[in-house]
Amino acid sequence: MSQVIFLKGLMLGVALAFILPILLPPGRRWRVPGGIVLGLGLGLGIAALVPSGYLSYFIGFMTMASIYAILSLGLNTQWGYTGHLNFGVAGFFAVGAFTSALFTIEAPTGLAAQYTQVLFGLKMPFVVGVMAAAVVSGAVAFLVAVPVLRLRLDFLAIATIGVAEIIRLIFQNERWLANGPQPLRGIPQPGRCLFETRHCEWVPDSLAWIIEPLSTRDYTAFYLMIVAGCLALVYVVLERACRSPWGRMLRAVRDEETSAAMSGKNVPFARVQAFVVGAVIMGIAGALYAHYTVAIDYSHFHALFATFLVWIMLMLGGSGNHRGAIVGAILVWGVWAGTAFLANALEPLLAAIHQDLPGRAQYIRWLLVSLLLAAVVLFRPKGLLPEEMRVSRYVPDPKRR
Amino acid sequence: MPDNQPHQSQPQLPADERRLGERVRGVIRTRGFLMATLVAILVAMYLAGLATGASAQRLLALTAWGLMLGGIIALGSIGLTLIYGVMKFPNFSHGALVTLGAYVAYTLIPLLPTGEVLRPLSFGYEFLIALVLAMPVVGVVAMAIDRVVYRRLRNTGAHLVLFAMASLAMAFFVQSMIYLIWGPDFHFYYPGRPNPALYLPFGIRVRADQLFILLLALVLVAMMYVLLEWTRMGKAMRATADNPHLAQIRGINTERVIAWTWVLGGGLAAAGGIMYGLSSQLRPEMGFWLLLPMFAATIMGGIGNPYGALSAALMIGIAHQVSTSFLDPTYGPAVAFVLMVVTLLIRPQGLLGRTER
Repeated sequence: MSQVIFLKGLMLGVALAFILPILLPPGRRWRVPGGIVLGLGLGLGIAALVPSGYLSYFIGFMTMASIYAILSLGLNTQWGYTGHLNFGVAGFFAVGAFTSALFTIEAPTGLAAQYTQVLFGLKMPFVVGVMAAAVVSGAVAFLVAVPVLRLRLDFLAIATIGVAEIIRLIFQNERWLANGPQPLRGIPQPGRCLFETRHCEWVPDSLAWIIEPLSTRDYTAFYLMIVAGCLALVYVVLERACRSPWGRMLRAVRDEETSAAMSGKNVPFARVQAFVVGAVIMGIAGALYAHYTVAIDYSHFHALFATFLVWIMLMLGGSGNHRGAIVGAILVWGVWAGTAFLANALEPLLAAIHQDLPGRAQYIRWLLVSLLLAAVVLFRPKGLLPEEMRVSRYVPDPKRR
Repeated sequence: MPDNQPHQSQPQLPADERRLGERVRGVIRTRGFLMATLVAILVAMYLAGLATGASAQRLLALTAWGLMLGGIIALGSIGLTLIYGVMKFPNFSHGALVTLGAYVAYTLIPLLPTGEVLRPLSFGYEFLIALVLAMPVVGVVAMAIDRVVYRRLRNTGAHLVLFAMASLAMAFFVQSMIYLIWGPDFHFYYPGRPNPALYLPFGIRVRADQLFILLLALVLVAMMYVLLEWTRMGKAMRATADNPHLAQIRGINTERVIAWTWVLGGGLAAAGGIMYGLSSQLRPEMGFWLLLPMFAATIMGGIGNPYGALSAALMIGIAHQVSTSFLDPTYGPAVAFVLMVVTLLIRPQGLLGRTER
């Protein structure tokens, strides 16, 4: 096994070691250590056995699936736990992405400034960008929440669609803000210098030989590690929060608003809290997305990709269940990516039906995904992993009685 | 409970004994206050237009164009408000039905014998026939979707959220079908056919097609009025919207009423889409763009109230066009959205909605 493959396998292994413990069935003692060992082993094994083209496809797939999993977790806080019908995920996703981009990008000067206009470019580190994305997205959510959360459930859905559309329009039209309709390019990637021929200044010379053979091509594995780490962190924080009295309060507000209020809970404030927390997580996902794709523009935040897919993920996985949200994200992203191959395979058939159809094969995936959502709604509205209604492990499990 | 029922056991407190905050809130919640606020916003828009240098003549022309756009929005939102009222869920696939109508007519027109162009309009009789044919086609599609998807949900007594989600799924389903069948390109009903503007008094220039759009919208609304007020089906529809269980007990076949509501709503949406396609061009996303103004009109007018939807749609259309004198035109949906949020904050049941206690 060459050094490059070992390093790539290690990075992939760390990423899988973040994700696998989440996916394994909970309540077992071996869950976390088993998941970590399995993840590391799987990462090294995949890197050793799979050809590098497929490997980078797999890494890209897992990165996007993890970003969607974070979005889905954010939506789960809003919809799954509190019952906010937020059809405007795309808006908070976009706010997070553009905020982080603006905080980390270097403001162009001279000739470049004519082509790329930004409100500011602070050239801050990646971590600051992600945190700023979380804060700004949360602030936007708070501003939206105050007038809108008092409304009926269905009005909230309509209003959030509107909010997302307006946020998209702003990024589309306002050139001074984030280069308007043109893509905002050159978003820096954290730790990319490790993979360039001239290494980061902070890497001591004595250790430089370890990363010497890596090239910028291999960077995606490193970024997957970061995204998977963020996913694991968000999962743990949310899982702790939702199993705490706070999470029980949210569920009480969702199911029995009156009795929650009678127990002295501030219902409107609890609803705002959940909405803002969900938006903060969506903002983080947006930041991770911006640094992954390097160039973003308003068209990335179309309702289909950034709202509709997330809803299918959560509904399929199981609303009110964090593990379900992540499983759903990986499955649906698998369907979405898999239908691209399906479209290729169907091409001769489509060409036989009509000559224009092969060029439109990409829309077959829309069709399949929308049918998937309809099927979930009709036949399995609780999702694959339904919400656990048990609030404590010391309460007897109603299912086992 | 109806408002006019006298409360004999609990004598109403004299208005003066309520606290000041409650009195203010009571005033704010009234229809008149909402109306005044919306009119004030419109006036502010005109003033903003004047302040940024638009001439009074241009504002007048924008108002006229806004009425046409309002007619298009009204056609969509009348169907939407009926479905919302009878079925009690926001139909997010309504925008896709609008688009479908436009494209069905686009397919029908070349199949029909081309008639002479009805000057000064830009189309011949075949366009009118395509319009009349496309409306029931889309209506039947809407009813079929209801049979396959929403009826199952109704039978299981599903929550409103699942209906909304299913309609979102159907929106993307219909839209992807449109992409597959007609492709992502722009289309015109009559590419390259000139349609010069007419000169009306006060220097307003409008195309004859635009006048036709407004006229058609008014005719269809008048037909809706006749249907809802004077026919048995219209009465049954209003009864079902009011209280489905009571309607069932009184011997109304609510499933039939629902099916007819879809046919009507789909047909009106198709008419709106065709008019929109005539006034600009056909794009697969056109319905999604109209979705927000349509919902805004539905909520502003009061859910389930077609006349409210009509008046709100005209107001939104005017606001949309007048705002272009000082805003980027692509912000149109945002203008509709702001009017909707103002309505929701002041009086959630809308302009013509019933006063809730």
